[in-house]
Amino acid sequence: MRKAQGSWEKRILKSLNSMCTELSIPLARKRPVGEQKELLNKWNEMGTDEPDLSLFRPVYAPKDFLEVLINLRNPNYENGDSLSFRTHLGLIQVPLKVKDIPELKEFFVELGLTTGQLGIDDSTQVPPELFENEHVRIGQKVLAEQDSAAAQQYIRQGSPTALRAELWALILNISSQPEDILYYEQLKTNVIQHDLLVDSLIYKDVKLTASNDDYYFVFEDYLYQVLLCFSRDTSVLGHFAYNSASPPKSYIRGKLGLEEYAVFYPPNGVIPFHGFSMYVAPLCFLYHEPSKLYQIFREMYVRFFFRLHSISSHPSGIVSLCLLFETLLQTYLPQLFYHLREIGAQPLRISFKWMVRAFSGYLATDQLLLLWDRILGYNSLEILAVLAAAVFAFRAVNLMEVTSLAAAEAVLADLSTLKVMPLLQIFLFATVT
Amino acid sequence: FYWMSVQTIRNVFSVETGYRLSDDQIVNHFPNHYELTRKDLMVKNIKRYRKELEKEGSPLAEKDENGKYLYLDFVPVTYMLPADYNLFVEEFRKSPSSTWIMKPCGKAQGKGIFLINKLSQIKKWSRDSKTSSFVTQSTKEAYVISLYINNPLLIGGRKFDLRLYVLVSTYRPLRCYMYKLGFCRFCTVKYTPSTSELDNMFVHLTNVAIQKHGEDYNHIHGGKWTVSNLRLYLESTRGKEVTSKLFDEIHWIIVQSLKAVAPVMNNDKHCFECYGYDIIIDDKLKPWLIEVNASPSLTSSTANDRILKYNLINDTLNIAVPNGEIPDCKWNKSPPKEVLGNYEILYDEELAQGDGADRELRSRQGQSQGPKGGRSRDSGRTVLTTW
Repeated sequence: MRKAQGSWEKRILKSLNSMCTELSIPLARKRPVGEQKELLNKWNEMGTDEPDLSLFRPVYAPKDFLEVLINLRNPNYENGDSLSFRTHLGLIQVPLKVKDIPELKEFFVELGLTTGQLGIDDSTQVPPELFENEHVRIGQKVLAEQDSAAAQQYIRQGSPTALRAELWALILNISSQPEDILYYEQLKTNVIQHDLLVDSLIYKDVKLTASNDDYYFVFEDYLYQVLLCFSRDTSVLGHFAYNSASPPKSYIRGKLGLEEYAVFYPPNGVIPFHGFSMYVAPLCFLYHEPSKLYQIFREMYVRFFFRLHSISSHPSGIVSLCLLFETLLQTYLPQLFYHLREIGAQPLRISFKWMVRAFSGYLATDQLLLLWDRILGYNSLEILAVLAAAVFAFRAVNLMEVTSLAAAEAVLADLSTLKVMPLLQIFLFATVT
Repeated sequence: FYWMSVQTIRNVFSVETGYRLSDDQIVNHFPNHYELTRKDLMVKNIKRYRKELEKEGSPLAEKDENGKYLYLDFVPVTYMLPADYNLFVEEFRKSPSSTWIMKPCGKAQGKGIFLINKLSQIKKWSRDSKTSSFVTQSTKEAYVISLYINNPLLIGGRKFDLRLYVLVSTYRPLRCYMYKLGFCRFCTVKYTPSTSELDNMFVHLTNVAIQKHGEDYNHIHGGKWTVSNLRLYLESTRGKEVTSKLFDEIHWIIVQSLKAVAPVMNNDKHCFECYGYDIIIDDKLKPWLIEVNASPSLTSSTANDRILKYNLINDTLNIAVPNGEIPDCKWNKSPPKEVLGNYEILYDEELAQGDGADRELRSRQGQSQGPKGGRSRDSGRTVLTTW
């Protein structure tokens, strides 16, 4: 796994360096004073008056990453001549251990049919006295006690909209201390003083994704503020201790190969890819104070999101999620799986992008937030794979009738009307297996 | 089937043509809708309504210690020009650093609107008032001047307003429906109250007709947000109670504005009307009624917009002319619940007066709504008992 991750990183870095040479733009440079002043003035509206980005392209897109994952093979693994009782017909060929439905039912026991859920039991037809009012009351109590562990347990049943911002902060252990605000201001100063090549990549990504999104276009300027600071935040390097990836390195001009002149580039070690800004966008619905928004995003990234774009054997890593998705589909919807495979529409090719982005930009925001509640509550990303399978199950009838990959994509193009909690509940607890 | 423009309505109902609508003809405007939809007449009617309530001693007309109406202060201070010029000057001098907005009475789409912060900028109207004040000015030159709301609620640093659709099937008894799928219109440029930008219409006017000429206009989302997005954002960042209170107040001011014009409206039984209400929320989460449009734009600027307008027209016609049958203007105008579509009952005077308090509460049920639809949310307002 580490070898694969290492070679993937080399490829990304090579791509970044070649873009740099092609466009003759330095990876980093200090801004002249005039430019610094100008940027400071426009800090709150960087969305307008953007530089010419036509020559920039994203370093990679999720589908490039998928190709790498598909080609992962374990050289030590001996499958034997005979086919095992269940040959894996999906794209992922790495035999990692993933949960099956009985194990998932146990893991996600609070999502069961007999437990109240926000996203289901707060709908119009259900009187609030049955569940919602009590749930809100408990939430307020949890916040009053500032009990992080209780909050994590509580949020498995969903968070009331009015309490969500505080609950997430409690679970992620974010409290806006003066030193945090100061740290953010320091990062902002770094942005003003130095210009990085990745800045243009961030700009381009925001313009391509969030700026065109019905829900998130309003927050475009916040995204720049958060992401530009993020790429300069060296404290993020800390997460590489438990990440199979390593931060890319670059060398001061003219000193190639000399270790004393090696620096991490970008300073936070994370090269953004196409869609990266969508990790931040939904958070703008909860936090409108830049330094708090920043802290929450950073913590979400180093706890969860990094696993979605690095190769590892962790159960919440993207490889495991892909395998979990494919296994669920193959085991519980075999007809659908075989059909799609026959017509050249391997399901993972469609669902991969949903999982890499944690469904941001695909679901309606209120549904997405309910989903992310559960990510925090269970401290696991496996729910993304389960939801992806549940979506396929939901649209199975239509999918059985399509005869091409393009048609399958069309059936699954618009997820904005889906309600995630009923889908998850039915798939896990109400489907006859 | 004939959907009339306001011009045609004028002709149809004008005394000269002598045209009479037959029983199976229903039209989409009230003959004197301008009592609500012209900026000056709307303000006049609301002012009159407030004074009447005050005279009756109604609790609705209660004022606070500064003389401001507690429940009926939802229109910014407004004067007609040139008629009220001197009154305006008096008010202006009380707070000389304030900004005012000049709007022509009979125009739409943001045409002819400008902001002022000095008396010299409207000298033209003062000269006229000094001369022949008894000669009625032609309606084309009539303007209203209102106190500009220079502290609008900003999201992402931008100003926005709300466009809500309200269908009125009859004024007496008042029966009106609110369309659940309203939207917010955002400016493409960041808001600033700075005096140097008073001329920049991209900062101040949210009309799509204006914004779509801006450099940063995006054709995919059109600068529009759904009201449910707004609700989610406000609940998440400000809390449930203040958000519910805001939406309750918005419903309140719509109903009050309709009640204000109901006595002067020609309640022709051949008529129904779908209004476009423009509302601005300030940074204290207080909603203000800016204006009411008789012919809200039914063209679409984005794909989502097209779906919304399509459904709007569909649902409107289902209520006005149920069952798709040939209409009969003598029907009781009580459509069955199933045809409401995305509309919900905003206020039904008959129901409200019928079973007293019990019914009032239930007819209020459908009002506050958000991503979850028409769910009852009692905001706990015990003061108001009459609707």
